[in-house]
Amino acid sequence: MTELRYLAPNSLDEAIKAFAAAGSAGRILAGGTDLLVQMRAGVVKPGLIVDIKKIAEMTKIEQTADGGFRVGAAVSGMALHDHASFGKVWPGVLEAVNLIGSKQVQGRASAGGNLCNGSPAGDSVPAMVAAGAVVTVQGPDGRRELPVEQVPAGPGRTNFKPGEILVSFTLPPRPKGSSDAYLRMIPRTEMDIAVVGLGVSLTLKDGVCTAARVGLGAVAPTVLLVEAAAKALIGSKLDEAALNAAAAACSAACRPIDDKRGTIAYRTKVAGVLLKRTTAIAAQRAKGN
Amino acid sequence: MAKVHVSTTINGEPSEFLCEPNDTMLDALRGPLGLTGSKEGCASGDCGACSITVDDNLICSCLMLAVESEGHELRTIEGMAQGEKLHPLQQKFLEMAALQCGICTSGMLVASDALLKRNPKPSEEEVRFWLAGNLCRCTGYDKIVRAVMDTAAEMRAQ
Repeated sequence: MTELRYLAPNSLDEAIKAFAAAGSAGRILAGGTDLLVQMRAGVVKPGLIVDIKKIAEMTKIEQTADGGFRVGAAVSGMALHDHASFGKVWPGVLEAVNLIGSKQVQGRASAGGNLCNGSPAGDSVPAMVAAGAVVTVQGPDGRRELPVEQVPAGPGRTNFKPGEILVSFTLPPRPKGSSDAYLRMIPRTEMDIAVVGLGVSLTLKDGVCTAARVGLGAVAPTVLLVEAAAKALIGSKLDEAALNAAAAACSAACRPIDDKRGTIAYRTKVAGVLLKRTTAIAAQRAKGN
Repeated sequence: MAKVHVSTTINGEPSEFLCEPNDTMLDALRGPLGLTGSKEGCASGDCGACSITVDDNLICSCLMLAVESEGHELRTIEGMAQGEKLHPLQQKFLEMAALQCGICTSGMLVASDALLKRNPKPSEEEVRFWLAGNLCRCTGYDKIVRAVMDTAAEMRAQ
């Protein structure tokens, strides 16, 4: 049995140094709701665990100078839920994060871990993609930013370079008339993995959609940004023709697998249905903003 | 493997123990700490039988490393009763037969207590969603949900 070391550094620099030195034996610990299960199952056998929760930036939720939000990579779902204003500004992102697991899991699990785990069905990822979130990562070569949709590389894989650690999500400021929503299809009411997940963020001005982004999950090796669906919504009054075109774009973007959760045909159809339903919720919310 | 020394607070008492770096908090509670009230049902965060609070935050102790408890305040089922005096939730679970085999019970109680501290007046739907991470194979949940609702009403009246 290889020796396992546990480190909980107070500084990001120290964390990166140790994580980079450990190479493929290193694992980052935020909430641990995936990592501990994988360790228990013997799927991963880390030589080093770097707990990032003592790094202040990782557990902080703050409003940026321009009115956006910066959410630390290790902020738990419950902490995000309990924040005074985050859920009012980004209800879709919050409802997506809060769909991950039970209340017990919410007490630990983070959007950062959900993204880094690389599951195509992670609930928070399509909502973050729709929100236009940008992630900050830091590694031995310094800090860089990339759009959240560029992070997943395939099931269980990310595009981070060796030694890089996810630091935070930055969500942009919201123009008047904006809101978002996330829906997932599961065969039960709670505690399940998405068959299809879809996030919509949009801005309405005098009833016309002036900006939109659509994130689609569980229907391809990675979560998708569906630009064709957004294009169909922008400039419309979200009328039936626009919604049909956007739904068709979502179905066309699907490259799903057949598995016990859903067939290819089913997932492809549901992607379009969810686009319409999620857009309706986001639009209803946007009208009040 | 070198054991790690951990200092923490459990049910208000300062506590120290030795553990392996890959031990879960549940391993430490049931092992060196001798607190066997928290149960291991699934060891993968699905069943909630190992529920505890860390700094008043409800979690599954099987999904937390024991070493992570350093410097934190933990509460387990053992801290729920005041000496011989049961917590109102415990009393109500007994009165309303909200348990059968008992494996889920400590997790149910810890989770319900965490709910009532956040929300003294939950709706039935809120109770059911809050306890969705606590599995019970005996009761069918109705008795548990009713016991939590009744306790909440009684605690509000006091």
